[in-house]
Amino acid sequence: MSTFIDRRQNDRKKHLDNRERFLRRYRRHIRRAVTDLIEERSIADVVGQGEVSIPRRDIAEPAWRHASDGARDLVLPGNREFMPGDRLARPRGASDGEPGDEAANGPGDGSGDGDGADDFTFTLSREEFLSIFFDDLELPDLLRNDTGDLLEPRVERAGYASDGPQTSLAVLRTMRQALARRIALGAPLRRRLAELDENGRDENGDDDGHASPDEERRQLERRLRALPWLDEVDLRYRRLASVPRPTSRAVMMCLMDVSASMDRHRKDLAKRFYTLLHLFLSRRYERVELVFIRHTDDAEECDEQRFFHDRRTGGTTVLPALQLASSVIEQRYPSDSWNVYLAQASDGDAFGVDPQRSRHWLIDSLLPQLRYAAYVEVGGLDYRQPSALARAYARIDAPHFQMAQIGHRRDIYPVFRRLFERRETAAGQRRDTRAWTP
Amino acid sequence: MSRLIASGSEWSFDSIAAFDREIGRLAVDEYGLDCYPNQIEIIASEQMLDAYASTGLPVSYRHWSFGKAFIAHEQAYRRGASGLAYEIVINSDPCIAYLMEQNTLPMQALVIAHACYGHNSFFKGNYLFRQWTDASAIVDYTVFARDYVARCEERHGMDAVETLLDACHALKDHGVSRYRRARPLSEAASLRREQDRAEHERLRHDDLWRTLPDSDDGVAASPTSDAVLDEPEENLLYFIEKHAPGLATWERELVRIVRRHAQYFYPQGQTQVMNEGWATFWHYTLLNRLYDEGRVDDGFMLEVLASHTNVITQRGFDEPGFGGINPYALGFAMFTDIKRICEAPTEEDREWFPDIAGGDWRATLDTAMRQYKDESFIGQFLSPRLIREFGLFALEDDSDEDSVEVIAIHNDEGYRQVRRRLAHQYDRDALLPDIQVTGYDRAGDRTLTLRHRRHRGRSLASGADEVLRHAGRLWGYKVRLESIDDVPGESDGRSAEA
Repeated sequence: MSTFIDRRQNDRKKHLDNRERFLRRYRRHIRRAVTDLIEERSIADVVGQGEVSIPRRDIAEPAWRHASDGARDLVLPGNREFMPGDRLARPRGASDGEPGDEAANGPGDGSGDGDGADDFTFTLSREEFLSIFFDDLELPDLLRNDTGDLLEPRVERAGYASDGPQTSLAVLRTMRQALARRIALGAPLRRRLAELDENGRDENGDDDGHASPDEERRQLERRLRALPWLDEVDLRYRRLASVPRPTSRAVMMCLMDVSASMDRHRKDLAKRFYTLLHLFLSRRYERVELVFIRHTDDAEECDEQRFFHDRRTGGTTVLPALQLASSVIEQRYPSDSWNVYLAQASDGDAFGVDPQRSRHWLIDSLLPQLRYAAYVEVGGLDYRQPSALARAYARIDAPHFQMAQIGHRRDIYPVFRRLFERRETAAGQRRDTRAWTP
Repeated sequence: MSRLIASGSEWSFDSIAAFDREIGRLAVDEYGLDCYPNQIEIIASEQMLDAYASTGLPVSYRHWSFGKAFIAHEQAYRRGASGLAYEIVINSDPCIAYLMEQNTLPMQALVIAHACYGHNSFFKGNYLFRQWTDASAIVDYTVFARDYVARCEERHGMDAVETLLDACHALKDHGVSRYRRARPLSEAASLRREQDRAEHERLRHDDLWRTLPDSDDGVAASPTSDAVLDEPEENLLYFIEKHAPGLATWERELVRIVRRHAQYFYPQGQTQVMNEGWATFWHYTLLNRLYDEGRVDDGFMLEVLASHTNVITQRGFDEPGFGGINPYALGFAMFTDIKRICEAPTEEDREWFPDIAGGDWRATLDTAMRQYKDESFIGQFLSPRLIREFGLFALEDDSDEDSVEVIAIHNDEGYRQVRRRLAHQYDRDALLPDIQVTGYDRAGDRTLTLRHRRHRGRSLASGADEVLRHAGRLWGYKVRLESIDDVPGESDGRSAEA
């Protein structure tokens, strides 16, 4: 007799445990592959699935197998013309002809015979990709301690209260209260009624002045009926309390120099950096807003399209952009309820007093408002010499300000990692801040 | 009034149950197949991939290599490079068969005949399965193994468990006994063993002993002849489990788990041609019988035959898509041929198979299924007629020569040669190097000596050193691997440090 079982609704993800172990084992390969992906793809494509290849040689499971030397027999089907004694050229891949090849020889076999040309390729899901992408990458803990988590009052459920607005009446709870009250208040009456029922059969009359049992029973029943179905004391309301919670909102201020010296290559580098930062913040915060501020001689807020693609001419003055950022923060993103991040990209072409004044503004007015600020200097491939702005910024000594130089697409990710990697100690961080790494 | 069991291509639980009843009636009552009860489970393609990854077992312990296998199968499937099996059947009691939900109704019927009555009766009847596997305990055992490995991961860390399992997996083909009966082991017994070991460990632990000075003379007393075993041991994992000096209790248990799994799969590797041939023969026979009885219509039968023909296609060695000898094709042809020899023997058959020609085909087939494995089955039953049909020819490939020589073809002089050589291809020695434990220097430096007997002068493929390192990791001390020719001659030795 056969039993039929429909397993289709069962767990279909049994393999995920094994997959997780596989990814864990080949983490180094996968991480390298992820870095390569970021290099060769446009940012928009990167955020998603990713193909990862691991050389077969590295993934093989070794086992003892026969080598192809020595003598062996081969029986093959499909003979049409051969006669005993014929000699023929050695067939390529003759070992494929062995029976049980698939079952007995693991994937490890291929490596021995040099046919391991194909890499082992598979696809990382978006989640896996991001988790490797941002592995070990976290906002410095130190920063947390310095400024404390941003707290924001949030309304949360906090049990029940006996008064409140009608709209938050907890019906179920109220009815339960009412039922309990009715049971409690009615109990003595019902007990007395039961007594009367029992006694009433034996002694029908009672002369010592009390009401007759019938009278008393009527009274008791009336009182029982008079117990209110719902009383004001039964009412219960859902209580809402305002609890301070770490805020989950962030705003990312993108500042970019759009003067003529910022060519497409540089803007592209900047864009990639912003994209990474945005990705990173999106993972950490529920809501991330973007503010784009572009500047030449003067600064203006604009949308993303114009930010990256409109070209404007003019000189370069950084200070107005910083000032605009300050006022935007003040008006729309007060730093006590928003996590404010600032990322500035420029080729550093600033002149005269502007670099110094920008530095002062940054230190005095902006940095206290910010969770983190990064300055990336984008340049050509041969870009080595720190600019005037970079030299000025290099003197900023704040744990939550970082700067780096990006000359090539492939620099972005390492630089980004360096900017945001976990810091061990405050001292280490300070040192890092000042270090100028070309 | 229609006698059809069901029609159309959509299956329902009612219709496959009806088919199961009819096929079971024919298989058991009419043809006398002896089967385990069936447990037929309908699964989706993703679950089929899951089953692939855990080597067909319903439960499996966790290891990265299964994740890798899953990815490989999934890639091949998504690319369309390979289709999924229509079914997977597990040698268990009751016999669990997984049927894909995408199968059409005729396919489900085909698969039920193939797996639930063909493979099922083979599992129950074949001597290798009877000897080496305990169908009623396997599912319990895999559950035990999964939980045990998970507990070890928790207690000793993923890395420690992974390293150990890696080493065991490298040796798992050499963790198989061929000549001793494995005792069935239920989950409860396994648990008791584990507890006994832990308890023994606890009782033996005595802090006082640590204060005793080490005695040197006690060790020297054991004879040095210990270094060579009386009899070589072919089951490396067994030897390591029993004798490795440095393994902790849980490590021994893990070695045992991998060994038990390897042993469980050992019969399947030895009976591929027979097993598939048997199942194919019966699905063909049973479904044709249903058709003859008028219980299925022409459309049904056409689909079954199309699929059947695909399965038993054997391409010639020079045709595109040639992938070796197709076990379905060879096995099906052989069982069909045995039936023919019994029912309508020719002169040639009477000369070659005097004892079965003209006999009862069901009894003959039953004996063949029960008492043979691929090697002996082919050696015994491959007829000249089939050698001609397949155009089989034997080559000798000596790496010292530039070309390969045709030794025998399908002619009177060649039949026996071809048959002997083909049978030998299914011998385990032809597939796996013969490596056995020959020495354990218990009193000395505890070196383990393994001997590789070269099969017709074939050395080990690259990667052998890595396996040796894995062996050293398990053994905890030096492991030496020496190679000798199967004709006595010079030997060379290699060794790996643990």
